[in-house]
Amino acid sequence: MYTQALDAQGPDSTAQLDEIALEQRFQARIDREEKIEPKDWMPARYRATLIRQISQHAHSEIVGMLPEGNWITRAPTLLRKSILIAKVQDEGGHGAYLYGAAETLGVSRDQLVDQLLSGKAKYSSIFNYPTPTWADIGAIGWLVDGAAIMNQIPLCRCSYGPYARAMVRVCREESFHQRQGYDIMLRLSQGSSEQKRIAQEALDRWWWPALMMFGPHDADSTHSSESQRWKIKRFSNDELRQKFVDFTVPQAKFLGLTVPDPKLRWNEEKQRHEFGEIDWNEFDQVLKGNGPCNAERLAARRNAHAQGAWVREAATAYAEKQRRRTHRAA
Amino acid sequence: MDERQWPLYEVFIRARGGLDHKHVGSLHASDARMAIDHARDLYTRRQEGVSIWVVRSTDITASEPEEAEALFEPARDKIYRHPTFYDIPAEVKTL
Repeated sequence: MYTQALDAQGPDSTAQLDEIALEQRFQARIDREEKIEPKDWMPARYRATLIRQISQHAHSEIVGMLPEGNWITRAPTLLRKSILIAKVQDEGGHGAYLYGAAETLGVSRDQLVDQLLSGKAKYSSIFNYPTPTWADIGAIGWLVDGAAIMNQIPLCRCSYGPYARAMVRVCREESFHQRQGYDIMLRLSQGSSEQKRIAQEALDRWWWPALMMFGPHDADSTHSSESQRWKIKRFSNDELRQKFVDFTVPQAKFLGLTVPDPKLRWNEEKQRHEFGEIDWNEFDQVLKGNGPCNAERLAARRNAHAQGAWVREAATAYAEKQRRRTHRAA
Repeated sequence: MDERQWPLYEVFIRARGGLDHKHVGSLHASDARMAIDHARDLYTRRQEGVSIWVVRSTDITASEPEEAEALFEPARDKIYRHPTFYDIPAEVKTL
């Protein structure tokens, strides 16, 4: 309902003074914690930032179905299989909510899908890591969804109404994802030595990539300050990362597992954990497309899109035929 | 880019019997029947509804933000439309 042509947002013919006044009024609304809605005036950069962020977020949900979908046929029990199907279905739903929110900004679904499939758009680097064992499914729910929740809860109060509303729905469903993951880790860590071993290995594999999910250090973050002024972003990358570490370390301890960071220690004075430096070279490489599964993930999406083309076309043709029939009958 | 993208539908859900249908979001579908099916999968995975309405987004006419003042401002000074405007003596009951 909110779809609006992007070309309407080109350079305005009104004087630049008007533009400044509009921008001031816009910022004042944000400062008053008012929500911006699709038909409201907004700076072109606010729109562009949101389209980029929301669509990347949507792509991440969609690509995020792949590493876990990989284990649906091999889940250890029927209950675990049902849970995993429900979780993966949720991820698809989250992608759909978010694409819907992005579309209110005047970009079409086809454009967004095209950006993902052509490799032009980014998605969360975390999904370019493999899931070799069942314990990885536990670690993803616990750590990856845990980190995602940390990032996403503040987005429920984001200044852009449709994004905030989509995030409320996402967050409501996300807690189940994290808890089912921790539940898998709990069972494994209380199981045989072999089960405990795969749980530890999965923690070793996912710990650092999970910390990378919060993005670059604040000092190196390109979009941060503007996004904070516009209240798209409420907390800095480093603040959220710290919070995640402080929440997660005791949970690992309860499992009897070791966080793979020799520098990790509790700082009594600051009442928080100190931890080692992230391998930013690895982060950059995965982001650039050189992670362990980048090519595989994109190939899977392209394949799914191509294989589904006949279904989309058939449904369109059927709808068209029905429309003609009703038209003739009338 | 496929020019024949499925149209956008707005989805309204009645959460429980007795409540209004409320807008929950939008989705693409080839026709209204598919929109209902998709809405069921997308918006009622956890028993969030007992009834679904879908309507083509292009069939909705919305007021413009610029009209807000003209449309809604006149109601602001008509406080006599609210029952609390009237001071009724305490002795008068059930009014």
